[in-house]
Amino acid sequence: MNEATPPKEERTAALSGLGTSRKRVEDARFTQGKGNYVDDLKMPGMLFGDFVRSPYAHARVKSIDTEKAMALPGVHAVLTAADLEPLGLHWMPTLAGDKQMVLADGKVLFQAQEVAFVVADDRYAAADGVAAVKVEYEELPVLVDPFKAESDGAPVLREDIADQTEGAHGPRRHPNHIFTWESGDREATEAVLAEADVVAEEMIYYHRTHPCPLEPCGCVASMDKVNGKLTVWGTFQAPHAVRTVASLISGIAEHNIRIISPDIGGGFGNKVGVYPGYVCSIVASIVTGVPVKWIEDRSDNLMATAFARDYWMKGRISATKDGKITGLHCHTTADHGAFDACADPTKFPAGFMNICTGSYDIPTAYLAVDGIYTNKAPGGVAYRCSFRVTEAAYFIERMIEILAIKLGMDAAELRVKNFIKKDQFPYQSALGWEYDSGDYHTGWDKALKAVGYEDLRKEQAARVEAFKRGETRMLLGIGLSHFTEIVGAGPVKNCDILGLGMFDSCEIRIHPTGSAIARLGTISQGQGHATTFAQILASEIGLPAEDITLEEGDTDTAPYGLGTYGSRSTPVAGAATAMAGRKIRAKAQMIAAYLLEVHDNDLEWDVDRFVVKGSPERFKTMKEIAFASYNQAIPGVEPGLEAVSYYDPPNMTYPFGSYICVMEINVDTGTTEIRQVYALDDCGTRINPMIIEGQVHGGLTEALAIAMGQEIAYDEQGNVTTGTLMDFFVPTAVETPNYQTDYTVTPSPHHPIGAKGVGESPNVGGVPAFSNAVHDAFRAFGLTQSNMPHDHWRIWKTAQSLGLHD
Amino acid sequence: MEKMHVKMNVNGKEVDLLTEPRTLLIHALREELGITGPHVGCSSSHCGACTVDMNGMSVKSCTVFAAQANGAEITTIEGLGSPDALHVLQEMFKEHHGLQCGYCTPGMITRAYRLLQENPNPTEEEVRFGIAGNLCRCTGYQNIVKAILEAAAKMNEIKESA
Ligand code: FES
Ligand code: FES
Repeated sequence: MNEATPPKEERTAALSGLGTSRKRVEDARFTQGKGNYVDDLKMPGMLFGDFVRSPYAHARVKSIDTEKAMALPGVHAVLTAADLEPLGLHWMPTLAGDKQMVLADGKVLFQAQEVAFVVADDRYAAADGVAAVKVEYEELPVLVDPFKAESDGAPVLREDIADQTEGAHGPRRHPNHIFTWESGDREATEAVLAEADVVAEEMIYYHRTHPCPLEPCGCVASMDKVNGKLTVWGTFQAPHAVRTVASLISGIAEHNIRIISPDIGGGFGNKVGVYPGYVCSIVASIVTGVPVKWIEDRSDNLMATAFARDYWMKGRISATKDGKITGLHCHTTADHGAFDACADPTKFPAGFMNICTGSYDIPTAYLAVDGIYTNKAPGGVAYRCSFRVTEAAYFIERMIEILAIKLGMDAAELRVKNFIKKDQFPYQSALGWEYDSGDYHTGWDKALKAVGYEDLRKEQAARVEAFKRGETRMLLGIGLSHFTEIVGAGPVKNCDILGLGMFDSCEIRIHPTGSAIARLGTISQGQGHATTFAQILASEIGLPAEDITLEEGDTDTAPYGLGTYGSRSTPVAGAATAMAGRKIRAKAQMIAAYLLEVHDNDLEWDVDRFVVKGSPERFKTMKEIAFASYNQAIPGVEPGLEAVSYYDPPNMTYPFGSYICVMEINVDTGTTEIRQVYALDDCGTRINPMIIEGQVHGGLTEALAIAMGQEIAYDEQGNVTTGTLMDFFVPTAVETPNYQTDYTVTPSPHHPIGAKGVGESPNVGGVPAFSNAVHDAFRAFGLTQSNMPHDHWRIWKTAQSLGLHD
Repeated sequence: MEKMHVKMNVNGKEVDLLTEPRTLLIHALREELGITGPHVGCSSSHCGACTVDMNGMSVKSCTVFAAQANGAEITTIEGLGSPDALHVLQEMFKEHHGLQCGYCTPGMITRAYRLLQENPNPTEEEVRFGIAGNLCRCTGYQNIVKAILEAAAKMNEIKESA
């Protein structure tokens, strides 16, 4: 019979399942330079494509002369809109229901827009070709200020839809207006504001920035004319969606398209969209009959592929005299650039901006968002956030601070007074969401204690006094932030992209000897899916994580899924993994029952085996069951051990956290020094603490960048003034502090393993923590609001405007 | 464009390339020699993803012509360790979760390798300053710094016991 059973703890540890800081399986290849990124691909005969880009933000294209370029050695083709038009590919649909030029069709609408595509032997020959293409432009007046978009005499940007009064998201009131999106009760909110004891009002600008993953976007397209198959390898955060879109716009049947995401060097939302480079590479491969590679360079990436944020959020918040919030009103002007290419679920043209009541019990609220066209690059992606949650969190966390100033109250106390209470969950927000679970007060108390909040306030007060006496030029800022995220899009009933429901999937195949392969509809860009999803499965099916191979990103083999962004992998695909694992276990139970000659119900699950209830010596391990599934004829049970699950989540998940930043500011130079960053996250059940911590470090560093210096800036002519890493701030190891991480665990009640997702929390919560620290330092001197990014120059100007240099 | 011969020693092997004078070292390595460990993140000397070791110095190979490397000794991530004998740095990066997407990692480790040759006992501040030419968008550096400091300690231990 069976050998002696090792103790439960030992068998659990052997699985490396949920909750263990398992080392990453991806690291072996990455640390040895053996990753397989798209630019590493090399194929026989492969050509290289590069773009002629517009130097102007708004201009008519009078002519394009490709003759000289075509005459150069090594140049094979130059594509223009005229070449794509017969195929119907000179424009392409965007994820937001708009359309976008693939190559300039008569005019250009933003600087660095794609005008022509040169296909050549290699990137050097392509660059020669690009330089030789002659384009004649006639400059047009440029619109960079969204508030001037609807004024008299504003240039009309989108002539193609100028007289359409109805857009993808309802009525348009002006040729430069894209949509108005409303949420909540406008009249009731106005009434509450009119009667309130106190109303604070402010314009909060969240500037335009860019996800800037270290690896830029790119692809290799290969049309095999012999068997009619198109294969595209590329930096795709959503390979299946790309396949469907590619099929719809090219007319190639979906089964003849294979999309493969190899290793991806960071995404952060930048690699969700479909870019002209992909379309042109596909066409070029069809035209030339060989594979065509397109890899953008850093400036192309910053200037032309999807930006993030650029929300002007005008807020009004009301409260009673003693600080109970009664209402919130927000009007947002959203600068979408030249095409509406936001990557949001269809019914949410402003993403989940209506999570802007944040962590607070605000009974009445109203939000309106106006999307506007300007002569800037398209995008509006969720840069390490879930569809505009970062904008929403920044907005409410600034409004709370501003209200605290107006009330003369401590901002931590004001938060405590208004937090949604533990017993209010599931909580219905005034703007229509159902928060699944939360315990804000516990984490907040823990955070305040951890940083010694009261002592910090005393130190700060003493510093202000010393400053006034002329003894120091350094101010102290205490940046508070409590965020609530909404991630895991999402329930198919209200979340789809281009009509594709946002479920996700997992398919598991157990091999005879008790190891397994699992395939998912998501794709890792550094999150370590191959490590963590194997852990989920290990706990569910009782096979060691190291015996489970994880595969993602190949549409020919992976089950359909909507990909990885918006922190949706753990909430959705993670749930699918657990559910598929449970199907495996259910079948395994039947097999075990047969082998042990008992009824199914007489068995119980014990870590890695089924045991006959009351007879611990009688059991079958998963390994034994796996083998049996392949070699025993079991009446009524099909051979093999496989399962697939398509998981449609019943709700979003709502991770939350308390972040505090302590910052020293030099009033004379505007320089800052971060003394402490404390980040407490509650992402529900923790799958791999090591990876969670790594995600928090990385997200906080991106938040630091955004709050303190990173921006995509335009001058009056629409020139990008931050188009290289010289001007676009990415923190080095020197500017980046050490972080202190902490956690509480409030499981999601509806997720099979209670996990909520974490990758984006630190960006969402971090930006307000850093920005609030800057504002807080100047609170004693009368500052209520200043715009990010808080680089040295802007902070110096703030100090100047407050008279601190006098 | 007329091509020229470039002779280098790459990861211990002599190579002789026939390439255009304008070919950058990173492209010579990646595209002509198939050494795809070093990556391109910016092509402008800012990100360090392309870092290789050239004649005992860290260089950003996106800003060096292959022709300038004529006669040089080049070490890339591929030359630092092998699958059965990883370099201590490679082990420590894995141990301390010093990487996520892995795109910066080859350049980062190659730079750290040179840094520890120059300064076998760096302080945390010196490590941070020493890798400031290498950007990472994923990790926030905290675990990279930890990995390098641990690697330094381990390498010193090995040296002492030898
Ligand atoms: S690619 Fe060489 S420094 Fe960025
Ligand atoms: S691990 Fe992704 S850039 Fe460093």
